[in-house]
Amino acid sequence: MNLSPPPYRPKNSFTRWLDDRLPVIRLLHDVIGGGYLVPRNLNWLWNFGVLAGIALTIQIVTGLALAMHYVASSSEAFNSIEGIMRYVGFGWLIRYGHMAGASLFFAALYIHMFRGVYYGSYKAPREMIWLIGVLLFMLAMATAFLGYTLVWGQMSYWAAQVITGLFSVVPFVGEKIRIWILGGFSPNAATVNRFFVLHFTLPFVILAVVGLHVWALHRKGSGNPTGIEVQKPEEVVPMHPYYVVKDAVAVCVFLLIFCSLVFFYPNAFSDPDNYIPANPFSTPAHIKPEWYFWPFYAVLRSFTVNFMGIPAKVWGVLGMGLSVIVWGLLPWLDNSPVRSGRYRPLFRCFFLFFLADMLLLGFCGKQPAEEPWIRLGQWASLYYFAFFLVILPILPLFEKTKAVPFSIDEAENKRTDA
Amino acid sequence: MPSSEKSLPKDMDRRDFLNVAAVGLTGIGVCGAAVPFIAQMNPSKDVAEQEKTEVDISSVQPGQTVKVVWRGQPVFIRNLTEQEITEANAVAMSDLRDPETLEQRTKAGKNNWLVTMALCTHLGCIPQGGNAGEPKGEYGGYICSCHGSAFDTAGRIRRGPAPTNLTVPPYRFISPSVISIG
Repeated sequence: MNLSPPPYRPKNSFTRWLDDRLPVIRLLHDVIGGGYLVPRNLNWLWNFGVLAGIALTIQIVTGLALAMHYVASSSEAFNSIEGIMRYVGFGWLIRYGHMAGASLFFAALYIHMFRGVYYGSYKAPREMIWLIGVLLFMLAMATAFLGYTLVWGQMSYWAAQVITGLFSVVPFVGEKIRIWILGGFSPNAATVNRFFVLHFTLPFVILAVVGLHVWALHRKGSGNPTGIEVQKPEEVVPMHPYYVVKDAVAVCVFLLIFCSLVFFYPNAFSDPDNYIPANPFSTPAHIKPEWYFWPFYAVLRSFTVNFMGIPAKVWGVLGMGLSVIVWGLLPWLDNSPVRSGRYRPLFRCFFLFFLADMLLLGFCGKQPAEEPWIRLGQWASLYYFAFFLVILPILPLFEKTKAVPFSIDEAENKRTDA
Repeated sequence: MPSSEKSLPKDMDRRDFLNVAAVGLTGIGVCGAAVPFIAQMNPSKDVAEQEKTEVDISSVQPGQTVKVVWRGQPVFIRNLTEQEITEANAVAMSDLRDPETLEQRTKAGKNNWLVTMALCTHLGCIPQGGNAGEPKGEYGGYICSCHGSAFDTAGRIRRGPAPTNLTVPPYRFISPSVISIG
């Protein structure tokens, strides 16, 4: 179906003049304005891409402000942040905003990703959107880790030690790579400096990759909850004003939650140990990452014995790496011809169980490395990988899907009639 | 037609060859230029050449462990008790993930002095068991609370994700009561 969106028409002589020389308004019109046609049946889960974008903007703006006061040095970093909290005008607001923003960024990303899994958003012809999205997720993880170390509290220091330790599993040159990344034998002055530079740079890389994500999205158009492609002009509405206004409502709710966190629960997601300055000679009794890494941390800890001639440590790191990479393989793991989970009853059960499993994994990752959490984490990891690598590929072989309607119109009319 | 052109593959004329050569050389040049930018991230000289650490161990009582600093990293120096030595020697090699005897991990005639890096070989946390009052784990040596690795009285890995025994750094006794690490 080739829909012809309403073209951009400059309204006055200035915009006509500008459009001829640098068509930036036309670009906006085509990308997020009346020139982008979107299925009319999107539900609220389709708001989280924009919300992630808003969170990224909050992070960049608060981050730029923080960078004007932060001192990237192992002796000054911790104190400079306490200075931001106490002496810099509105420093407390900006820093708490940056902390809450990080959590909400990941919350939005996770909902956005689970939306994609449930509605099969990754399936042909939208694989590139999905792949770029997984890349964005990885970049966000790297940026969050780097930023967390900058505080140079106890958790920061030991996060830097443990996460760079992951590289030591590379055969032969692992330890060399670890030392190269750190610029020393353990996290030190050079580490803070380079991590600051990278933490400052990566968000702009993310911004550029978001551009690719949106570009790929516009090539094939937005999906929708039915998973049926648009066939008639009546099934779409222009992005502006319809979804721009709907997104604005979502942004209001989002900012409400953001402000509640900043003003009432600023340390809800932070670890008290990170308010102790970094001490290279004492590891906190219970180290754990920020909440958005807990599920992957649980996978890392689930490998406790050597098997198949490969040490437990290597399995753990491989397992954790695979637990992220496997998201990128989804378009090729799930071969069901039916796109949306709405018409796949069996998939829906496994998906809900997968959601619960993610929460359980996260819970295990939060707990100390003791029983029963290790054993529970192992079972949860097993289902995590089984869902991606076994259940999704073989499900289409015996799943009896519901009848998929012929068009978005038919599907939505049926829903409103019922 | 110059004879040199005849040696080129059929579908490749002189212009193609020049293109490939120019792009190829540019690639090599870029790789060369990248070397200093990658190398600058290695530890700088003042970090890399941190000297030896000398430690007076005369005041370390049997059963006591001290933590010292070498190259910015913590090192355990443990004075093993008779019982801990007996325990370590009683372990069958087949029970070990990284088989080593206490003898191999200490200096001859100084079997009671266990000198190891105080960094878990899994991901580099400092295991507990070095300070008085800390848990030593079920094997009586050290326990890493980060990811649950337990070490015995010879600092050997017994349980958990760590792949190898606690690393023994290069050191020597420069007198009966002073060791030099590094």
